Amino acid sequence: MSKLKLYALALALIACGIGLMLYKHYALGFPLMPGDKTPVWTIEAKIEFIARGDPVIVNFTLPNNPPDFVTLDEGFASSGFGFSQIENDMERKAQWTARSVHDKQALYYRLDIYEKPGTNVEIADELPKTPEPPELDEPFRTAAKTLVDDIHQLSANAESFTSGLIQALNANQPEQNVRLLIGDYPSTKFKTKLTVDLLAMAGIPSRIVRGLFLEGGRRRQSLVSFIEIHNGIHWQIFDPETGVAGRPKQFILWQRGETSLLDVIGGQNSSVHFSMIKNARATQDLAVHYAADNEAALIDFSIYSLPIEEQNAFKYILLIPIGALVVVIMRILVGIHTSGTFMPILIALAFIQTSLITGLLIFILVVGTGLIIRSYLSRLNLLLVARISAVIIVVVAIMSAISIISQKLGISQALTVTFFPMIILAWTIERMSILWEEEGPKQVLIQGSGSLLVAVLAYLCMTNRVIEYLTFNFPELLLVNLGLILILGQYTGYRLAELRRFQPMTEKHVSSDS
Amino acid sequence: MYLATPRQLKKLGIMGMNARNVEFVSKYNPRHLYPLVDNKLKTKLLAQKSGIAVPELLGTIEFQHDVKLARNLIAPFDQFVIKPAKGSGGKGILVIAEREHDLYFKPSGDSLTHDQVERHISNILSGLYSLGGAQDVAMIEAMVQFDSAFDAYSYEGIPDIRVIIFEGYPVMAMLRLATHASDGKANLHQGAVGVGIDLANGQALQAVQFNRPVFKHPDTGQLFDKLRIPHWERILPLAAACYEMTGLGYLGVDIVLDKNLGPLIIELNARPGLAIQVANGTGLAPRLAAIKRFKGEAMNAVERAKYSQNLFGLKSSDNG
Repeated sequence: MSKLKLYALALALIACGIGLMLYKHYALGFPLMPGDKTPVWTIEAKIEFIARGDPVIVNFTLPNNPPDFVTLDEGFASSGFGFSQIENDMERKAQWTARSVHDKQALYYRLDIYEKPGTNVEIADELPKTPEPPELDEPFRTAAKTLVDDIHQLSANAESFTSGLIQALNANQPEQNVRLLIGDYPSTKFKTKLTVDLLAMAGIPSRIVRGLFLEGGRRRQSLVSFIEIHNGIHWQIFDPETGVAGRPKQFILWQRGETSLLDVIGGQNSSVHFSMIKNARATQDLAVHYAADNEAALIDFSIYSLPIEEQNAFKYILLIPIGALVVVIMRILVGIHTSGTFMPILIALAFIQTSLITGLLIFILVVGTGLIIRSYLSRLNLLLVARISAVIIVVVAIMSAISIISQKLGISQALTVTFFPMIILAWTIERMSILWEEEGPKQVLIQGSGSLLVAVLAYLCMTNRVIEYLTFNFPELLLVNLGLILILGQYTGYRLAELRRFQPMTEKHVSSDS
Repeated sequence: MYLATPRQLKKLGIMGMNARNVEFVSKYNPRHLYPLVDNKLKTKLLAQKSGIAVPELLGTIEFQHDVKLARNLIAPFDQFVIKPAKGSGGKGILVIAEREHDLYFKPSGDSLTHDQVERHISNILSGLYSLGGAQDVAMIEAMVQFDSAFDAYSYEGIPDIRVIIFEGYPVMAMLRLATHASDGKANLHQGAVGVGIDLANGQALQAVQFNRPVFKHPDTGQLFDKLRIPHWERILPLAAACYEMTGLGYLGVDIVLDKNLGPLIIELNARPGLAIQVANGTGLAPRLAAIKRFKGEAMNAVERAKYSQNLFGLKSSDNG
């Protein structure tokens, strides 16, 4: 009965842990495996102008929640300028002001963004009012009307009309009406403006939007214009040169509507340039950021709410249960004797700092030297506390000697000796030395190598990238670990070592049977 | 085959360490009773109160500054045993079999000076041999004048009899014989010989050393098939009575035979080892299950011993 309860509890813990993990994965976007990287773009806009000494007002349009992107961070740099942000429902502007500045000035705006995972459905926008058709003189009016009518015949809806119109305006061999409308050497800007006018003639609401192509390591980039039409449900973006619908990949919408990107009052020769770099950041960092922004309670009360330094400490603390699980498995299922139940975990933690081979060598060196010195101490007839303290001092001396000698020899890895827990080493030496006196060197070798084997296994598990990642990012897996240990604690079957130990009995049994 | 299969062991009724811990030790031995057996001084006092035969207590040393008093305490005795009250697995037990001037001799013939004896006592007090290094008490007790029945089978140290008592019923017994390899200690994993004993009459069944069958004592060369433990009819009731004394359901009772006093309890163990199965060539599990199933009326120690002898004895079935 109580056994059933225990299993139920263990299973509930495991289910709870896995459930929380899956919630974090599916709802908050935590990746289940390490190494998922998301590119984070850092865009820097540099505004330059020459000031004349008059009061200066600089208005700069900022991206306003660009679709499919999440803003991580923003920054403004402007020495000697007052700064404010102006926001309304349509747009967001940065405003720098100064009473009197001279000469060449530079203002900076920095934006860190990343693309939101998955596709986001466009929310239906309010239908804008039907645009006023442009006033055109003859013969442009007739040409425009004929063109619009022709394309209307060949299209089914607003989208196909827009594509058709853009393709007609950008054809290699434009037809006569188009040639009349665009002239001989049309600029892209002019054609874009014309497209909006012609769309208005067809009764399709449209606007020019401007954005930036994200490419790693680019400098002195400018915004690129696109056309956005309203198809009756939502806004749809079109490439003004190819007529292809949809937002291109790695394209961030900076600005919508007609207002200018940059207004400088009190300055001249103003310009704005964009440069950008791409950083790969671990996806779970971004997931944490996103979840924290959305006040997901699971993140709000998680390790991520701690300062970075404590987070790093927790990285190790959370690995200890993994070591404990290894010890439980090795002792209950395998039946390995270790000197001190959890000493192997502490040794494994030290190995994490020192790396495995160096750690093993240092451990054997320190414990071996310690045993030799301890055998002398045992002749001095000391009380236990004094003897252990003496061993601790000996251990400290050995560690200092290793550090100094290795430094002189230029073996820097050995300096990591300081990561070994001294008290544990001292106790290990004491235990081993008593074991040696009482049961001989064979037992010392068996228990010593048993401890080291468990420590190495614990180390391998604790440094496994996947395990390290999972324990830190899904601390709820502690519940799974706990559940497993509860179940293992009820295991009453044979240990692997017992299959060996009692094997002679089966041999005799078989022979007496036959 | 290097490894046995779990099925083979199950067929033999072998109980594993995990099963012992989960199904017997933690189920039948309430934690608060452990000190009664983990502290040998408490065990001895309790046994004396319950009228259970134990080796005589000559004295105790509790504090470091009393270590110097040991000289006076042990002065009248030529033979004595110094042991830690909370020692486990036979650790820290010093047997002095002989004295000459200021030298003390172990059964093996190794000599110790008085300083070394004092250091041993001081080590005991500082917790060197106790679990977790806790402060301890050194007990000095009379050395058992062991029964000549085992003379041919003892090399160094005292042979002792281990009986497993489950719910007051003896379920299995073995005789442990120290050897040269075990340095006079009766621990099987240190090289002592374990002799399986027929519960019915104390007759040796078979013997093992280092998990392998042996037919004669490795040091004395004496064959085991003639070995029969004397006073057997007194030993089992004595062991069974420890159940009432301690209240522990799963208990290992260690008994020695004194020439003059007969069977004496020297130690109780709340976590008795599994080697007894190897010595007997059979598993504990079926016998424990049989006692679990048995729902007899309340019996006293003598009746329970009798019941076990009939149930588990091999020779009794030959006779009957």
